[in-house]
Amino acid sequence: MGQTRRKDKDTEVIDENLRRVYQDMLDEAVPDRFLDLIAQLRAQDEGSEPTGGESK
Amino acid sequence: MSADPRDEIVDHIPALRAFALSLTRNGAVADDMVQDTLVKAWTKIGTFEAGTNMRAWLFTILRNTYYSNRRKAGREVSDAEGIFTESLSEKPAHDGRLQMADFRRAFVQLSDEQREALVLVGAQGFSYEDAAETCGVAVGTIKSRVNRARARLAELLKLDDEDELEMTDQATMAVVAAGRAGGVLS
Repeated sequence: MGQTRRKDKDTEVIDENLRRVYQDMLDEAVPDRFLDLIAQLRAQDEGSEPTGGESK
Repeated sequence: MSADPRDEIVDHIPALRAFALSLTRNGAVADDMVQDTLVKAWTKIGTFEAGTNMRAWLFTILRNTYYSNRRKAGREVSDAEGIFTESLSEKPAHDGRLQMADFRRAFVQLSDEQREALVLVGAQGFSYEDAAETCGVAVGTIKSRVNRARARLAELLKLDDEDELEMTDQATMAVVAAGRAGGVLS
């Protein structure tokens, strides 16, 4: 008995902490490498030929 | 031009990194996976159905990348064990706010499947249906993974002992020890 209430409370505590950890990760600034990559992919499409950057 | 769904991809990068990090638990590996995912998503945009959940689609690509790498490398990341196990005997604070470090230590001990299900549903706010589709499993499977992940975390974080925290430390230890040894809680 009381198990269900306790379980609900556990879930609350866990999800609250989970969201905090996750939010910390979400709040991190996006490194330039990804923005550069997107720009590169876009440039490749538009030129339809390798636009210089083939760093991969 | 402006209707190119790829324009939206960049908005999902923070979520992709967070999801990748939850899976790999290693920043460098996570970012390499995000990079692969972005390239694949960009080139396979034709397989994305307009109007559907793009984040779920991107997460699917990312997790497929993760699991196929894991298979290839045969590296079921096990370094998380051991390193993190030791200090798990700390108890949660009374206000229910756990030390972040404690939570992270417990979190990384979940299986990959439990971790991803919990993150998708509990943190990312995916519906069970979207999470199931992302992971390529049945809705019921996701539900049970999420439940097991929460139960395991509660166990690792000793949340079940919360009521006993009111007692003296010695009494607590005794109860905890008994609970561990023989199923007082069952």
